[in-house]
Amino acid sequence: MKDRVQESASDSTITPPSVVGAGQTFASVTDKISSIALARRTPAGWFLGAGISFLLTMLLMYTIGYLVLTGIGIWGNNIPVGWAFDIINFVWWIGIGHAGTLISAILLLLRQQWRTSINRFAEAMTLFAVACAGIFPLLHTGRPWLAYWLFPYPSTMGVWPQFRSPLIWDVFAVSTYATVSALFWFVGLIPDLATLRDRARRKTAKIIYGMLAMGWRGSARHWHRYETAYLLLAGLATPLVVSVHTVVSFDFAVGIIPGWHTTVFPPYFVAGAIYSGFAMVMTLAIPLRKFYRLEDFITLRHLRNMAKIMLATGLIVGYGYMTETFTAWYSANTFEEFMMKNRMTGPYAPVYWSLILCNILIPQILWWKKARGNVALLFVVSIIVNVGMWLERFVIIVTSLHRDFLPSSWAMYNPTFWDFSMFIGTIGLFLSLLFLFIRFLPMISIFEMRTILPQAEVHEAAD
Amino acid sequence: MSPSARLYGLMAEFEDPTSLVHAARSAREEGYQRLDAYSPFPIEALDEALAIKHTRLPLIVLIGGLIGCLGGFLLCYWVSTTVYPLNIGGRPLNSWPAFIPVTFECTILLAALSAVLGMLALNGLPQPYHPVFNVPSFDQASRSRFFLCIEASDPKFDLNATRALLGDLGAIEVSEVEY
Repeated sequence: MKDRVQESASDSTITPPSVVGAGQTFASVTDKISSIALARRTPAGWFLGAGISFLLTMLLMYTIGYLVLTGIGIWGNNIPVGWAFDIINFVWWIGIGHAGTLISAILLLLRQQWRTSINRFAEAMTLFAVACAGIFPLLHTGRPWLAYWLFPYPSTMGVWPQFRSPLIWDVFAVSTYATVSALFWFVGLIPDLATLRDRARRKTAKIIYGMLAMGWRGSARHWHRYETAYLLLAGLATPLVVSVHTVVSFDFAVGIIPGWHTTVFPPYFVAGAIYSGFAMVMTLAIPLRKFYRLEDFITLRHLRNMAKIMLATGLIVGYGYMTETFTAWYSANTFEEFMMKNRMTGPYAPVYWSLILCNILIPQILWWKKARGNVALLFVVSIIVNVGMWLERFVIIVTSLHRDFLPSSWAMYNPTFWDFSMFIGTIGLFLSLLFLFIRFLPMISIFEMRTILPQAEVHEAAD
Repeated sequence: MSPSARLYGLMAEFEDPTSLVHAARSAREEGYQRLDAYSPFPIEALDEALAIKHTRLPLIVLIGGLIGCLGGFLLCYWVSTTVYPLNIGGRPLNSWPAFIPVTFECTILLAALSAVLGMLALNGLPQPYHPVFNVPSFDQASRSRFFLCIEASDPKFDLNATRALLGDLGAIEVSEVEY
């Protein structure tokens, strides 16, 4: 084992594993990361990216406007495929969000130091992904202005939610998840906001960062409680993230539709969520580190570790597919058997096989060490996995619904322009929020970067 | 007005975490009790050097979580058995396993809220003004410098003696903190 470590360190084609570049100091780390948020000049590339994202957000706004004025009939979903793009996209976005919580909470509890430089924007990604996810079920209710009916409150109608339904569990799970993710993100930001307050030159920036930092002064007593709170939040977020996607999978598993009614769904959904989330972190991290020259902070080691997690979770997902297929055969249930045959050879077979290609076959390239060190390749693979995970939800939802028990009620599902515009629009919203975030807030946790520098160690032997 | 009445304390600036921890421990050994350290990142050794007591925060979070847990379950129970009972094929109204997800989410929500609000409340934040910010170099406390402040309210505080002590402990600068 030791030999292998040394071998990889001496291999000149691969940089030695480190979580932060050599020669960094407290000041240099602080200045480098805070300068991105505090710079007077916004890079032209930012305007280009943010501009395109903003246009796509406008497409979303237009779609929502048209949808609210007309009704959800503008979408392609109808009986029997009552759930389609809206729920596919909801599950896809929520799943992407899960990697943020995993990186910030679970890797914190496991004392994985390499999480430090990617946790902040992964958490931001979670927050924005949950915001995008929430839009879909909200609009799918048809009358989003009555969405507060989802919550239990003493209404004059005397009607209360059905607490035995996974759909109401979803309301609680997703709203709790959004709240806790926001809290976790904000608590992590407080010391960095204080840094920005102290580093900002412009008066308005000073005031805004100052108000957000709430008077943080880095007192040892405050740090003590802060660390306790952060650790407790991580401990709370860990079971939460597992519960959220479990509840999302219950939306399907509790139903009796062939292909949905299976007990493997919760773990298989959670693994899929982490898989797609890490793919999205990679998709975002690779251009960011290149554009802002953050190779010293988001090192090859980070990318390699993420590639390994992708490989592992991808294999769990593959196991999930195998179990599904096996159960369909072993259950000797005609409808389950037909569902699986229909998936593999029916009208949506190309989608199913593309999903297998994207999620199972192509990511196997990550077994090779050279592949894990090739940034361009990792970027391409991460995008393929994102696509694959979207296709997975399409297969689960559409192929199960379009041919169920009665052949007389079979039908094909055809998405309309508005289905696509809504989906692409949320990608625009997600990227717009992300562009605003990297422009105005530190995208890497500055105070946590300081703690992993060698200078941060206290040498007590002097006395 | 005497100068000490307007004085919050003496602020010493250090270059690295080791000297800060050393200075904090030495100052406490000298008998100072009202002192605080300021650093750009959490330093575990300071907890022991400054004899920082364990925080009550975990207890607050536990209580918050228990309230969430009970509240979440009672909400489901009350709605399903009392205010809006639905008799579906004679199944029990208190179908408690179906109430677990909501109970769990409410537990996490309340516990997380009490962790954040409890931490802020115990830390006395938000606090728009604090005298330590009057030290000109204190903006480095969020960047690369380490500070130790011995407060004027300390019974052992003496402007000259305390200043000399901080100087001996390796401070690169000692400044008076005014209100």
